Amino acid sequence: MNGAGRPRPQGGIDLLAWIFMRVSGVVLLLMVLVHLAIMHIINNIEVINYHFVAQRYATPFWRTYDLVMLWLAFIHGLNGVRVMIDDYVGSRGWRLISLASLYVLGFIFLALGSLVILTFNPARPF
Amino acid sequence: MGKISKYVTYRGHEGQWSWLLHRVTGIGVFLFLLAHILDTAMIGWGPKIYNETMAIYRHPLFRVGEVILAGAVLYHALNGVRIIIIDFWPESTLAQKKLFYAVVVTFALIFVPAAIYMMAWMVK
Repeated sequence: MNGAGRPRPQGGIDLLAWIFMRVSGVVLLLMVLVHLAIMHIINNIEVINYHFVAQRYATPFWRTYDLVMLWLAFIHGLNGVRVMIDDYVGSRGWRLISLASLYVLGFIFLALGSLVILTFNPARPF
Repeated sequence: MGKISKYVTYRGHEGQWSWLLHRVTGIGVFLFLLAHILDTAMIGWGPKIYNETMAIYRHPLFRVGEVILAGAVLYHALNGVRIIIIDFWPESTLAQKKLFYAVVVTFALIFVPAAIYMMAWMVK
């Protein structure tokens, strides 16, 4: 038995997923730790409000950053849950139902998250 | 042994615990990501609704949760690096216990000061 993670699959979509977990993992390590440092250490929940986000999203840099991080983290997490469903859900029917729910819910949340990042307009009056 | 043991047992020793913690922190962070997408979505309804939503996270329970979340992310990241090292450099399997302790020590070195700093609001 070698490797600490799942054995490397032979090929196909499983191999792609295996590689994606490792590549996205390294990128996320940097992106998420920077995100945590900025939002939870340098700033914190006492100062984060609408105005804070409006300033942050006034230029495309943090929008792009957040969008890339959202997609990488979300697909990384989705694939993690998929692997766990394969591991823990024994019956074929339940596995199909769980996976289908996962993908539908996943699509809705990822679409919502992307929409918010892309369409937020700080100049919009309320 | 009951059914639970089937879920939490894997190769035993350090390998098993690091693996179980990786799954638990992974699920935890993913669930928070879902909540985080919803709270951020409130910004579309303007400053009042968004600021009220953020106020929920100022509750002491959530501020403690915030530190736990940061710890979960940090462990998942560091243990992920350990997994990648062993996957792409099989010789390091021989040192897998040392690698796990390296994860634990690095985690403590970063998490303890960060957690103390993040908890500073308690004594203000």
